[in-house]
Amino acid sequence: MTTSAITVREEKQGFLPWLWMWLTTVDHKKIGILYLCGAGLFFLIGGIEAILIRIQLSVPQNDFLVGSTYNQVMTMHGTTMIFLAAMPAIFALLNAVVPLQIGARDVAFPFLNALGFWLFFLGGLILNVSWFLGGAPDGGWTAYAPLSTEFLGSGMDFYILGLQVAGAGTLMGGINFLVTIINMRAPGMTFMRMPLFTWTALITSALILFAFPALTVGLFFELFDKVFGANFFNSVNGGNGVIWEHIFWIFGHPEVYILILPAFGVISEVVPTFAKKRLFGYTSMVFATVLIGFLAFMVWVHHMFTVGLGPMANSLFAIATMAIAIPTGMKIFNWMFTMWGGQVHYTTANLFAVGFIPTFVLGGVTGVMLAVPAADFQYHDSYFVVAHFHYVIVGGVVFGLLAGLFYWWPKMFGKFLNEKLGKVTFWFFFFGFHVTFFPQHFLGLMGMPRRYFTYLKGDGLATGNMISSLGAIGMAIAIILLLINIVMTTANGKKAKGDAWGFGRTLEWSIPSPAPEYNFAQTPLVKGIDPLWKAKMEGSHKVTPAEPLGDIHMPSSSILPFLMSLALTVASFGFIYADQSGTALNAGSLIFAGIGVALLFLMMLIHSLKDDHGYHIHKHEIIEAEREAE
Amino acid sequence: MALNQSDINSYLEKQKKRQELIHYFVSFVLMILFTVLAFVAVMLRDSINDYLIAVFIVTMAVVQVVFQLYYFMHMKEQDHGFPTLFLYSGAAVAFLTVISFVSIVWIS
Ligand SMILES: [Cu+2]
Repeated sequence: MTTSAITVREEKQGFLPWLWMWLTTVDHKKIGILYLCGAGLFFLIGGIEAILIRIQLSVPQNDFLVGSTYNQVMTMHGTTMIFLAAMPAIFALLNAVVPLQIGARDVAFPFLNALGFWLFFLGGLILNVSWFLGGAPDGGWTAYAPLSTEFLGSGMDFYILGLQVAGAGTLMGGINFLVTIINMRAPGMTFMRMPLFTWTALITSALILFAFPALTVGLFFELFDKVFGANFFNSVNGGNGVIWEHIFWIFGHPEVYILILPAFGVISEVVPTFAKKRLFGYTSMVFATVLIGFLAFMVWVHHMFTVGLGPMANSLFAIATMAIAIPTGMKIFNWMFTMWGGQVHYTTANLFAVGFIPTFVLGGVTGVMLAVPAADFQYHDSYFVVAHFHYVIVGGVVFGLLAGLFYWWPKMFGKFLNEKLGKVTFWFFFFGFHVTFFPQHFLGLMGMPRRYFTYLKGDGLATGNMISSLGAIGMAIAIILLLINIVMTTANGKKAKGDAWGFGRTLEWSIPSPAPEYNFAQTPLVKGIDPLWKAKMEGSHKVTPAEPLGDIHMPSSSILPFLMSLALTVASFGFIYADQSGTALNAGSLIFAGIGVALLFLMMLIHSLKDDHGYHIHKHEIIEAEREAE
Repeated sequence: MALNQSDINSYLEKQKKRQELIHYFVSFVLMILFTVLAFVAVMLRDSINDYLIAVFIVTMAVVQVVFQLYYFMHMKEQDHGFPTLFLYSGAAVAFLTVISFVSIVWIS
């Protein structure tokens, strides 16, 4: 290539250059950090909403949050935690780790990666500004129609368009990682040599590819029903609300596996590393992951057992649902066999990983209970369900994400989080979590329905709810400790070496912490599972390179992803304000929306026409950077 | 030997190209034929059962999609394993969705 390589990359000082750098970056490691910040922000917002819910429910007949206000807080808690906290946190880890684990210099589509992040972030903002613009969505995170399309206020417009924008970002991220993992593995890294976190990332991306279009289509139907007066879900005019339930859960069930699979992947990395043993049953782990991904699309009706689809449909989906317990059980046993006979080091990351196992099993057991249709008629829409999905999503996904966060933090930032404080965080979170959610099983069995804002004095639900609310304080303390930990160690934390924990097994630990912008000075040659461990066992500290040292081609940064997302945000607000609930559409707002869409296409045109060859990092610069890192 | 290896290779290459061109033509003509047949089937709707026509049209459509994918979008060639896998998986998910909408949308 004969591009005039522009390698002016001196660090400019000051706030504006710093802001510009983050707005324009296409580096997967920086985008990972952006995702983490975005996820963290929305996690705190969702957490505050959770605390508000627990305050309202702590005593009977409380009037702290009543009626629609409670519905808004409850809806936004669920929506925020699933779409704006858990999803981006997973993309944070994927971005920070997957290219390094497969020995790649970047993701397949760096521009798309940045676009995915900005779409998620601005979609999240669209959802959350609804608090100040006439009320938040209040139809539950499932937005069942026709309730949400015919009977609720403008909040649901923010839900529909905010999720549409954020969902587009997620879909792009999924496609990006699919192509990255299939096409950009280092020489010698066959599929059966990929680290398990990368495997789960691959299957999760495939699930995103197949599940998110269902949500996109469903949200468009709701948009047409709500804003333009269509009748997809309006039974008065011949529509059918059950179609929304189908569409939502055809997306929704794979969505929970999109969340849990990367958490499984994290556990499969953390447990072997801190047991100093290779993962037990690697092949069966891969098989179980693929099987869970496959079954994810066969079970959505277990959310709809009480709709009345008949005993045939219910039984089929019940059996398919129970079948998922088999691959999941394989994973649980493989982790335990990995620890068996190993030298287990209880770092904070490993505490979260080990704490994950029994907690997730509890959630899995209630899952199988819920999969029995006859029993589900009792459990349905009760606090038993609330307890179940918090056990799998907090006890599974959040435990896994926190394990991954403590484990890869040194790789992302070059500094360790404080281990002592981290362990205190774990114990507060672990006990806080179980005290909060364990009583909710019994509250549900005693008849407490989900999504109700209060209960009566004589219902016998006061004690359980009080305990549950007290437990939430424990989780809040844990999160505050984590924040203190982050601030403290960012100021003066212990610096991390390349192989930060000393017993890294996979490729990401073979390069400096944090990884240089080109990741690998020389692409590594992979000769087996756990290439770094193999190299260390053979007495060398470096993985054999597959190529001589040379110039490295890099993509140049661009502001277009941010501007494109901004244009879609403008369009979204146009559509939100075009909705006049029943009366004629607001023409001015529709023109506003049109301008947003036109700007988006203009930006796409600019991106297509502008020839951008990127730039090169020269060999001598790499040698210098590598020497500095040592 | 009068023939060297590069001559043979270029001859084989040409043969392959010709073969491919014939494939394109044949599948193109067949696709037009299928389209015409579908139209004819609808035109004869007074004398043929409606369901039969529907099944026939859908079959023609599926065959055309297969031709399109395999001959015009090169799915029959090597190294197309992943596109094939994801295409069929996507089709399966879409099929499942449609089946559920027509069979279990409401009380059965
Ligand atoms: Cu489910």
